[in-house]
Amino acid sequence: MTTVLELRKVAKVYGSGPSAVHALHAADLRVDAGELVAVMGPSGSGKSTLLTIAGTLEEPSEGEVLIGGVGAAGLSANARAQLRRRSIGFVFQDFNLLPGLSATENVALPLELDGVGRRAAHAHAVRTLDDLGLADRAGHFPDDLSGGERQRVAIARAVVGDRQLLLADEPTGALDSMNGEAVMRILRAACKRGIAGVVVTHDAQLASWADRVIFIRDGRVVDETAPPSGPEVLLDKDLSR
Amino acid sequence: MSVRHALLALLTEGPEYGLRLRQEFESRTGDVWPLNVGQVYTTLQRLEREGWVESDDAGSDGAKKRYRITDGGATELDRWLRTPPDATTPPRDELVIKVQVAVRMPGVDVHDLIQTHRRQLIEAMQHYTHLKADAPADDIGLALVVDAELFRLEGLVRWLDAAGVRLAKLPRAAAPRPGVPAPDPAQVRA
Repeated sequence: MTTVLELRKVAKVYGSGPSAVHALHAADLRVDAGELVAVMGPSGSGKSTLLTIAGTLEEPSEGEVLIGGVGAAGLSANARAQLRRRSIGFVFQDFNLLPGLSATENVALPLELDGVGRRAAHAHAVRTLDDLGLADRAGHFPDDLSGGERQRVAIARAVVGDRQLLLADEPTGALDSMNGEAVMRILRAACKRGIAGVVVTHDAQLASWADRVIFIRDGRVVDETAPPSGPEVLLDKDLSR
Repeated sequence: MSVRHALLALLTEGPEYGLRLRQEFESRTGDVWPLNVGQVYTTLQRLEREGWVESDDAGSDGAKKRYRITDGGATELDRWLRTPPDATTPPRDELVIKVQVAVRMPGVDVHDLIQTHRRQLIEAMQHYTHLKADAPADDIGLALVVDAELFRLEGLVRWLDAAGVRLAKLPRAAAPRPGVPAPDPAQVRA
């Protein structure tokens, strides 16, 4: 399996001297194509810092970030921005859609910014919205969509084109449980189609959609779930009383 | 979970053989709650003694009997449906007891223990979520049972999270001392 994201001994320190805050300590993470990984930890544990560094939005104080085998540190600011546009999709808790653009225009925007012609970009955006069950919402503006629909549009924007990596920060935080489930089904399906996904969350239900869950505490990766094992044993006798 | 009442509910759809009742029960709970045959027949015998079901042929063995619900059984089922589950007495939760005990044990890293349980609970939740994700969309029986398990397990994870934060905030002087008995969770009223 191709490794899409690799963090090697990544550390992040904000500030210096006695007031320095160590947000991450020597964090290692590998995510392969087709894999959905959840990074779980409480507020202030460093999980959002890990995500912004993985997305090349911030530079680590130490260590390396590789996207598709390419080290981000060696790239110019412009090349990093291009890498983000082409290879990485972001999904945030509060959707971050542009209110003056329709669903299609929001989804087409990263392609247009990357030089794809308007017509082709829109056709691609409509196909992606259709894949996520939003064909009939393509012309709507964000204010006319429900929370669940807005997040699905945000996911469409994150996976449109040839993105390899999807990074999501509490993507279901603003949604009720059934809309949250619909969003996680879509994220999981995107990963099954070959994208590498990382979701950071404090929410156990959300994390349980992942193939692998990494636990982070005080900036350190402290634990990880075991891969699913053999035949499915459902409930033990104690639970089925 | 009341197998007795679940069997009574299945019999409201018409008379049925024990083996068939078992298959129906398992398929409607998405095969998440397995029942063994012995359990089904023992339960049916008990229901028959109570006068809540009756069978075609009192002389033959369990497998050949077809059971039907009686008027008394229908009344009992209705009473059970409308009675709230016992939520007043907290269960003697094993996880709570383990953490309570560990807090007072010298040499045990309670945060490490909490993380071990958190990971195991998340692994169980992954199992259920993936089961739900891979099931047909119309398998409502499985979705309802799996959701119930997920919310229950999530509650335990949230309790562990809160316990971890409480213990981390505890000033050293106020930390529980060995020898001081912990309150019995079963004695704590909501």
